[in-house]
Amino acid sequence: MSSRPSEQRNRNSGAAGVLEPPKTKSQSSAQPNQLTEDRETLVKMFRQMLLIRRFEEKCAEAYSLGKIGGFCHLYIGQEAVCVGSISALREDDYVLTSYREHGQALAKGISADAIMAELYGKATGCSRGKGGSMHLFDKDVNFLGGHAIVGGQIPLATGVAFAAKYQETDRVALCYFGEAAVNQGAFHESLNMAQLWKLPCIYICENNMYGMGTSLERAMSFSDVAQKSCAYEMASEFVDGMDVLAMRRATERAVKRAREESLPTLLEARTYRYMGHSMSDPGNYRTRAEIEKHQERDPIKTFANQLKETQVISDDDIAQIEKEIKEEVEHAARFADESPLPDPNELYTDVYANPLK
Amino acid sequence: MTMRDALNLALKEELARDKSVFLMGEEVAEYQGAYKVTRGLLEEFGPKRVIDTPITELGFAGLGVGAAMVGLRPIVEFMTFNFSILATDQIINSAAKMLYMSGGQFKIPIVFRGPSGSAFQVSSQHSQAIESWYAYFPGLKVVMPSTPADAKGLLKSAIRDDDPVIFMEQERMYGMKGEVPEDEDFTIPLGVADIKREGKDVTIVARSLTVPTALKAAEELEKQGVSCEVIDPRTIRPLDIDTIVESVKKTNRVVIAEESHPFCGVAAEISAEINERAFDYLDAPVKRVSGADVPMPYAKNLEQLAIPDVERIIAAVRDVSYL
Amino acid sequence: MATQVVMPKLSPTMEEGQLARWLKKEGDKVSMGEPLAEIDTDKATMEMQALSNGVLRKILIHEGDSAPLGQPIAIIGEPDEDISELLKTAGEAKPAKAETAPEKLPESNAAPAVEEKAKEPEPAANVSGNGGGVSARPDGRVLLSPIAARMAAEAGIDFKALQGSGPGGRIIKKDIETAISSKRERPAATTGLRPLPRSSEKGAVYGPSAYRDEPTSEMRRTIARRLVTSIGPVPHFFLTIEVDMERAAEMRRSINELYPDLKLSINDIIIKVAAVALLQHPQVNASFQDKTIRYYEHADIGVAVATENGLITPIIRAAELKSLLDIPGEVRELAERARARKLKPEEYTGATFSISNLGMFGIEEFTAVINPPEGAILAIGAMAAKPVVRDGEIKVRQTMRVTMSCDHRVIDGATGAKFLQTFKQIMENPLYLFIG
Repeated sequence: MSSRPSEQRNRNSGAAGVLEPPKTKSQSSAQPNQLTEDRETLVKMFRQMLLIRRFEEKCAEAYSLGKIGGFCHLYIGQEAVCVGSISALREDDYVLTSYREHGQALAKGISADAIMAELYGKATGCSRGKGGSMHLFDKDVNFLGGHAIVGGQIPLATGVAFAAKYQETDRVALCYFGEAAVNQGAFHESLNMAQLWKLPCIYICENNMYGMGTSLERAMSFSDVAQKSCAYEMASEFVDGMDVLAMRRATERAVKRAREESLPTLLEARTYRYMGHSMSDPGNYRTRAEIEKHQERDPIKTFANQLKETQVISDDDIAQIEKEIKEEVEHAARFADESPLPDPNELYTDVYANPLK
Repeated sequence: MTMRDALNLALKEELARDKSVFLMGEEVAEYQGAYKVTRGLLEEFGPKRVIDTPITELGFAGLGVGAAMVGLRPIVEFMTFNFSILATDQIINSAAKMLYMSGGQFKIPIVFRGPSGSAFQVSSQHSQAIESWYAYFPGLKVVMPSTPADAKGLLKSAIRDDDPVIFMEQERMYGMKGEVPEDEDFTIPLGVADIKREGKDVTIVARSLTVPTALKAAEELEKQGVSCEVIDPRTIRPLDIDTIVESVKKTNRVVIAEESHPFCGVAAEISAEINERAFDYLDAPVKRVSGADVPMPYAKNLEQLAIPDVERIIAAVRDVSYL
Repeated sequence: MATQVVMPKLSPTMEEGQLARWLKKEGDKVSMGEPLAEIDTDKATMEMQALSNGVLRKILIHEGDSAPLGQPIAIIGEPDEDISELLKTAGEAKPAKAETAPEKLPESNAAPAVEEKAKEPEPAANVSGNGGGVSARPDGRVLLSPIAARMAAEAGIDFKALQGSGPGGRIIKKDIETAISSKRERPAATTGLRPLPRSSEKGAVYGPSAYRDEPTSEMRRTIARRLVTSIGPVPHFFLTIEVDMERAAEMRRSINELYPDLKLSINDIIIKVAAVALLQHPQVNASFQDKTIRYYEHADIGVAVATENGLITPIIRAAELKSLLDIPGEVRELAERARARKLKPEEYTGATFSISNLGMFGIEEFTAVINPPEGAILAIGAMAAKPVVRDGEIKVRQTMRVTMSCDHRVIDGATGAKFLQTFKQIMENPLYLFIG
C-alpha cells in the first residue's frame, strides 16, 4: 500500500513483475493506511470505481453485439488512477486525456447515459455522435476530451493550464496519457514549456506497462517515467496506481503545488489493464498468469476490503451499490439504444464556428 | 506602408482591442521578430502577451490550441511555414477537428501565421508553398494576402474569427509598399475574392506572390491586345469560386498562377471547380502556371526557373487565347 | 422547407397536363406567384405559377411529358436542403410517360443513326467535294470548345460546316462569332425564304427520309379526336391558291433549250418547288402517329401516276436535294416501271407528301385524297392563259391553280396556307432554286 519503495528497483527486471516502485524525487510523508477522508468521499470513490468497471463490462458486451463501432479501449484494472486523481480536483478544474477515457469521463461527471449514447453513435451522446469512444467531450463538466493521437493531448493540456494562468484563475489542468506517449516529442516539449513558464498543469502518466502490444522494456531506454521530470527540474512522484487513496493524495499534493505556486507536476501511476489494448487485441504478447497476478491486487477489491476493515461500508452496502450501478448501466444502454441517430443534416454542421457560406 | 508594417499594425490594433489575444512564437518578442513583423509589440504589450517560445513547434502550436479551447485567442507565429510541418498534428488533428468531434462544444479561435512560399536562395527546406496541405482540411481557413491593405484587413478578420486560420504571408513581399487604411475598424471579410484588374479576354487567378507577377503580365498583354482580368481569391478556403466563375463566364479563358507545386495543388482544385461550374463557357482548356515540380534548388538561375514569372504567365495567356 | 410542385388543375375538364416548357431551370430562384412553367391542357397552354419561395431544386418531368393532376413535377426548396425524401415519394408516384421525347439536337443530328447513314453523303465526298473547311477529323470527331458548342446551338449554326482555327482544328468561340457575323451579312431575303439545302452529289442514292417524333401535344390530341369523330379517320380540309406561271414556264423553256434531251416538265419543277417549300414548313412534311407527330427530315415526294390498273405513287426521295437535271429522268424512269408494274414496294411506299397532277386533262382545279399517313397532298390543275390585273392593267398571264388537301390532325389552316404562300413565292420566282 505504500508508494515508498520497498526495495531498489531493477529497471531491467521485466515489465511483468509485480509493482516495483523506483526511487522518486519527492515522496509522500502521509500514512496511507489512515483514512483521513470523510465517509461520503470514500463511498463516492468506491462507487465511481465500481461504476467504471461495470460500465466497461457493458461496453465489451455492446461492442461484441455490434452496437459500438470503431475502436473501443477499455479501462478495466486502471479505475483507481482516474477516480483517485479526479477526486482531488475542483469541478472547475480541467481534464484532458487520451482515447482510453471512459473512466475519466465518468469520474469527471459526464453521465453514463451521455457516454454510452456517444459510443452508440447517437444524437444524445456527449459529443452528439460525432466523436465516438475516443472523443468524449463535455464543456459543462470541463472535460476537454479524449484525444486519439498518442501524446496529442499533452500540449493541449499545457495550453489549457497556460490559459488558466493567463486569465488569472487558480484552476488547474489534469492531463492523462499512457507511458508510450512519454516517448513522443509532444511530452517533452510540453513539460519543458510547463516548467519554463510555470504552468498549473498536472501530468499523470498511466503506466500500464504496455504500449499496445509492446512492453515498456522494449520501448523505453530508461523506463522510470517519473524521473524523466529531472530533465525539466519538474516535481514528480511515483504512485501506486492500483491504490485509489494513494492516487488521491499524490494528486492533492500536485494540485496544491499548481494552485498555490503555479507549478506543474509529473505523476507516474503504475497500473495494469486487464483487457486488450482495444477490443480487437488478441493479447498474445503476455500470459494469462501475468494478468492474474495483477488481478490479485485488483484496485476495487483492495479498496472494498479496506473500507470494510475500517467499517466505512458493509457487505450490504456494497450489494446495494452494485444493484444501483447495475440499474444505472442498464439504463445507459437502454437510453443509448433508444436514442435517435444524428440527423443527416448534422454531417455538415460544426465544421466551422463562423461558416462563410 | 510596407506589407510588414501593415501586418504589424493589424497585430498591434488587435492586441490592443482584445485582452484575450496574445502572440507567441520564436523570436517574436525580444528579437523583435525574425522578419520584424512583430517589432515593438513586446514593449507595448509586455511579456505576458508577447511571448518568445523555445524552438518547439509542435509543443507551442498545441499549447495555443489548448489555450483557445478555454477562451483565449492565440496568434501563433511560425518563423516560416516550413517549420509548421512539425506542428501539423496539432493544426490538423486538434485545431481543425476539435469543434466537429466535440459536437460543436469547443471552437478554436486561433491564427497560425508566418511567411510561406519561396524565399531568396534558401534552398529546399526553407522555400516552399504548402497552402494546399492546409486548404485540404475542413475546419481550417487559409488566407494569403497579396497587398499591404489586404494583409492588414484580412489579418484583423482572421484574429477576430472563431475558427483556426492559417495566415500565410510571403517573405519576398514584406517590403512591398501600398496604401493601407489606418482605420482601426478596417477589416476585409474572409472568403471574398478581389478583382485586382478588370479585363475581358482572359481571367488570371493568382494569389500571394503571383498577384503582382500576374498584374505585370496583364499590363504587357494589354499592349499585345489581350485584356486580362486578374482575380485574387485572397482566402483559399473557403474559396470564393463564384467570383472566379463569373469572370470565366465573361472571358471564357482562364490561367491560374501559383508558386506551389502543380500536383494536387490549389490551382488543380480551382480548375476542377471551373470545369464543374463553367464547362459550357470555356473556349480553351484551363491552364496552370505553377512552381516547378521539384524541391527548390539553391542556384540562382535554377531557382528562377522554378518560380512562375511574367513571361510564363504571358505565354499561358497567349496559349489559351490561341495566339 | 422543401415542397413538391404538382401538376395543377388548370381547366375544369383537365385530367392530365403536358409540360410544354419550363420557364425556370434547376438551380433558379423562384418566388411565390412567379411563372414556373407552361402547361398544355386540353384547352390551352397555361402558365403555372410557383406557390412557394426558394430554389427550383429538381425538375421531375421533361418538356413534352404528360402527368396526371396531382403528380409531383418539381421540387422547390432551400439551396442546401435535403430533398431525398421528397424525391423518393415523387419517384413512387411517377406516371407512365406519354412517349419518350427525344432530346432536341441541332438539326443535322436529329435523325437516328441508321437513317443518318443513309442520307448523309459519304465522308470522303464531303472532304473532296466542297474542299477543306470542315473540322471533322479522320475519326469523324469534331473538336469544339464548350462555349463554341453552346453558341453554335443558340445561333442555329451547323458547326460541322466550319473550319476550326484552334489547335488540331478545334472550333473555338472566335470561329462561331465569325460564322454568326457572316450569316448576318448575307442579304436577308425579304420574303423570309431560307437558303436552299445543299444540293446532292450527282448520283447520290437516298433511302426513306429520316424523321424525328415529337410527342403529340394535348391540344393536338383533342383536335384530332374531335375531327375524326366529325369526318372520318383522316379529317381533310382544302386550300386553293392561284400561281402565276409565266416565269416558271419561261425557265422551263430556257433549260430545255440548253438540254434538249432533258424534257423538263412543269410537273418536274413543281416537285422540286414543293420539296423545297416543305423543308421550310416542317409541320406540313409530317404525319400523325397518334401519340406523336413525326417530322421528316427530307421531302420524299410521291408522284401520282395513272396506270391501267389504277393509281400508284412512286417516290422521289429527298427531292429538295435533287437537281432539275436529275428529277425529270428519275420521274420518267419510275413512271415507266410503274406502268410496267415493276416497282419495288420501297419505291412507292413511305412518301412524306404527294403531288397529283390532272392538268394534262384540262382539269383546272380539283381536290385529291390524302394517302395516309402522309399529312397532305397537292392537286395541280392545268396551266392556262388568263387575264389578270397587274399594276392596274389587265394582262394575259399563264396561271395555275393548286389545291392542297391537309390532314387537320397535323396541319391547321394557317399552317397549310403559309406553306402554299411559300410554294407560290418560289414558283413565281423560280430563280430562287439556283441561289444558295
